[in-house]
Amino acid sequence: MNFETTIGLEVHVELKTKSKMFSPSANEFGDTPNMNTNVIDWGYPGVLPSVNKGALEYGMRAALALNATIAKENHFDRKNYFYPDNPKAYQITQFEQPIGHDGWVEVELEAGDTKKIGIEELHLEEDAGKNTHRGQNSYVDLNRQGTPLIEIVSKPDMASPEEAYKYLETLRQVIQFSGVSDVKMEEGSLRVDANISIRPVGQTEYGTKTELKNINSFNYLRKGLEYEEKRQAQILLSGGTIRQETRGYNENTGETVLQRIKEGSDDYRYFPEPDIPPIHISDDWIEAVRQSIPEMPAARRQRYVNDLGLSAADATVLTQSLEMSDFFEATVKAGADAKLAANWLQGEVSAYLNAEKLELAGTKLTAENLATMINLITDGTISSKIAKKVFKEIITNGTEPKQWVEAKGLVQLSDPAKLLPIITEILDNNQQSIDDFKKGKDRAIGFLVGQIMKQTRGQANPKVVNQLLMKELKQR
Amino acid sequence: MAISKEQVTHVANLARLSFDDAELSQFTDQMSEITDMFNELQAVDTTDVEPMTHVVDLVNVVREDVPAPADPEERKALLANAPDTEDGYIKVPAIFNNGEDSAE
Amino acid sequence: MNFFDNDLTTIHNQLVNQELTSYDLTKQTIDALKETDKTIDAFLTLDEANALATAKAIDEKGIDPDNLFAGIPIAIKDNIMTKGLRTTAASKILENFTPVYDATVMEKIHANDMVVIGKTNMDEFAMGGSTENSAFKTTKNPWNTTKVPGGSSGGSAAAVSAGMVPFTLGSDTGGSIRQPASFTGVVGMKPTYGRISRWGLIAFGSSLDQIGPFSRSVKDNAALLNILVGVDKRDGTSVGDHDADFTAKLDAGVKGLRIGLPKEYLGAGVQQEVKDAILAAADKYRELGAIVDEVSLPHSKYGVAAYYIISSSEASSNLQRFDGIRYGVRAKDAKNLNDVYVDSRTQGFGPEVKRRIMLGMYSLSAGYYDAYFKKAAQVRTLMRQDFANIFKDHDLVLGPVAPTTAYGIGEDVSDPLTMYAGDVLSVPVNLAGLPGLSLPAGFADGLPIGMQIIGQSFDEATIYQAGYAFEQATDFHKQVPTLGGNN
Repeated sequence: MNFETTIGLEVHVELKTKSKMFSPSANEFGDTPNMNTNVIDWGYPGVLPSVNKGALEYGMRAALALNATIAKENHFDRKNYFYPDNPKAYQITQFEQPIGHDGWVEVELEAGDTKKIGIEELHLEEDAGKNTHRGQNSYVDLNRQGTPLIEIVSKPDMASPEEAYKYLETLRQVIQFSGVSDVKMEEGSLRVDANISIRPVGQTEYGTKTELKNINSFNYLRKGLEYEEKRQAQILLSGGTIRQETRGYNENTGETVLQRIKEGSDDYRYFPEPDIPPIHISDDWIEAVRQSIPEMPAARRQRYVNDLGLSAADATVLTQSLEMSDFFEATVKAGADAKLAANWLQGEVSAYLNAEKLELAGTKLTAENLATMINLITDGTISSKIAKKVFKEIITNGTEPKQWVEAKGLVQLSDPAKLLPIITEILDNNQQSIDDFKKGKDRAIGFLVGQIMKQTRGQANPKVVNQLLMKELKQR
Repeated sequence: MAISKEQVTHVANLARLSFDDAELSQFTDQMSEITDMFNELQAVDTTDVEPMTHVVDLVNVVREDVPAPADPEERKALLANAPDTEDGYIKVPAIFNNGEDSAE
Repeated sequence: MNFFDNDLTTIHNQLVNQELTSYDLTKQTIDALKETDKTIDAFLTLDEANALATAKAIDEKGIDPDNLFAGIPIAIKDNIMTKGLRTTAASKILENFTPVYDATVMEKIHANDMVVIGKTNMDEFAMGGSTENSAFKTTKNPWNTTKVPGGSSGGSAAAVSAGMVPFTLGSDTGGSIRQPASFTGVVGMKPTYGRISRWGLIAFGSSLDQIGPFSRSVKDNAALLNILVGVDKRDGTSVGDHDADFTAKLDAGVKGLRIGLPKEYLGAGVQQEVKDAILAAADKYRELGAIVDEVSLPHSKYGVAAYYIISSSEASSNLQRFDGIRYGVRAKDAKNLNDVYVDSRTQGFGPEVKRRIMLGMYSLSAGYYDAYFKKAAQVRTLMRQDFANIFKDHDLVLGPVAPTTAYGIGEDVSDPLTMYAGDVLSVPVNLAGLPGLSLPAGFADGLPIGMQIIGQSFDEATIYQAGYAFEQATDFHKQVPTLGGNN
């Protein structure tokens, strides 16, 4: 029997507003527990929520970037459940009317195919605090309590773990470029739950789904779904039935494990939040937010190819993260050649970041310094070899490259009047090499250039050296 | 439409309340009577009537995204009011679950 | 100082003319109050040291002749956050709770240099109509100490009725200011929803709750309301653009005012003496030049059901935060997390609070939401329309506050349904979000009868105008109880 797979994802994204969703506490999680909290975050008696306009607009931005329709009439609802990290014992969310609905993203599959994945809805809500468990106790830190979240619920449009992976990657990219979140899974600003079911090919109704939770990386999402796909198929093939349950992914064994059997639906006793008057979103407001959305990756790629002359492959790599893309544009704006900037960013810069496990923001590199360095190479002031030294200096210490190469005497020797005597002297001392050259042994040139470089401690401009050497050799 | 003891027990669990048998019986009887009174509303024709969940006609009451600075004194007072704390955390008996939890 | 015979203006003038210091006023008030409260049990917490220190500081600063309230004592219902002063909502779960912040009304009271004497008794979490649901004590009605003072703001009403303080604050979710004002013969205002910030009021029914003032006279009540109102950015449901001087129209009389008398408010179940008092009041208004006629609130008979569904649903959610984790009492023997929740709440809440939580949880639970919560919210819309229809050609609505005068302590408490039925005349105002004033309109067997004047949203000024005219033409408010007080 052949099966087909149906996957839907629920993705929580933390919005990087300055203050919390319903309280003016700073939206930061420092090291000191409960530092960025106030009476609202603690759910004190008598406190009331006050809605952060910035969070509303970030939510609208995310919805628009995902091609969703914004709801004109919004209100918030209470979702009631007891948990130590949930101080009011209700979460303020949007149950009845999500802020966005019917969006989509276009996902690039293997072989250049694309597929549109539908987004059912996006709704705004507040995050909970954090519980840490140690021994017989749990410890509650409410710094995260009240962080604005947008939950993005996909349609069950994904037919394979690979599609789910690609969808999540695309979604992450779009959200990141819209500027509303860092979308870092390892830091919890991107969290994903997956629903997966299989059914015999040809069957119209969906199979019973299981929910996969606690997924900590993109890879684990794919692996967990692959495992779950096989597990469900084995059950069905052996005549069993799938239970509706929540399962977790075990990173060590690569298996999914049962967490909770779902008995009916949970009773969250949703009702409209009486403390917050409705939010009406006008067309003008939507337009204003639309204008504030930064350029999306697809549009950037197109511009890089058409206006800056990059290859499609280069454009794709550079737009994988907002940070890289923005840095590339800033480098070009600072006067660097686009192609060279692209090469450096994909080459030395990426290699450095990978080796040091850093992000651009974690280094001292500035777009201005990178552009200056690239221009020092193009105008012949420094050699490519020296450039590597310069690069190391500007990325680790943030030094201004032009001043630094001058101070360190690393400026390339290009003046024929200074180079010629050195070349003449080396030729005078290496008659054997001249003879070899005359006999057609090109290797001799390499040796002579090496000697010249050695003499000039690498500072000689190889291009000028080559020209002068050939001319001199022919005269001998 | 009488309420059963099972329903009352279910609601008590939702409410994190516990009742002994006598209380449970009493609550079951009282809730049955009261919900009978509630059921009188079924006589009202509410076809096409919007539910009223807010009283004032305000919309879009929002605040600019400006953070208030952390107040160490308030933090101290909040922690002092908590029944049990340790190292600036609110301490509770263990939640039987693995690792960290996130929003539902 | 005798608060029975001296109104705000008189005391204010004595303070300004330095015939009396705020310190002496406060000292005398507290000394007399301690004696009276042995009988009345209106107070849960006295703040003697701070009150005297505040009064002294105000004296040193000098009484501002333009501030009517400088140096004047006030007591606060115990569900309003008072920074540094124990606030329990008359519940064991908050028995030793000290707020870390002030309610917005407290900021206004402090800004106006009033002297906070203490916190008054109430039904636990404002649920009830007698103060018998207080976890700590039952307040007595100053007119007859075997009777209840009403509730839930029974302590605040009794304290003013017994002359212990000139002013108190209460809160009104379904009649909790107006009904005890009626039972104890004082003036109590439930302002329009949104008029006074709810920031710092322990939430019961969030879409119904309003803070309001108690006083001995209409004029003083209007003056106090003046300083309590205003938009508050911390309360998204507060409204500020209708602010007015509530005392401005007091002397305007009622000539030409159109007053509606809902026939449903004088129907079966309303005590004969209460009906008679209201009909007499209607005649008084006619005599004073108002036009009084019968109107109808056809959905008012559904008010109790709609009210108990909505207020209990909201309360069931609002009271979840009392879980023994971040503040309040955590059950001592709790060994695991579930024990913390269940034991703290089961030991911490009294029976009426538990009943409301259960009713609310049930009304919101899966499968019942549409039949209960949503249906009640729809009926609420119809009730608001009933009032809107009347206000098309009326300025005010007149009726009783409660179907009866104060009942005996212990009389009704065992039967919740009977208790709830007593709210039939007060809850429609909360459901519609309207302002309502209770003021003395007669007596039956030595117990006060209150009448209710209901106005349009944000039109408290016209209510006070009519209330003042009635007060000037009658002497019910001049009667004082023989028990309690320092006269």
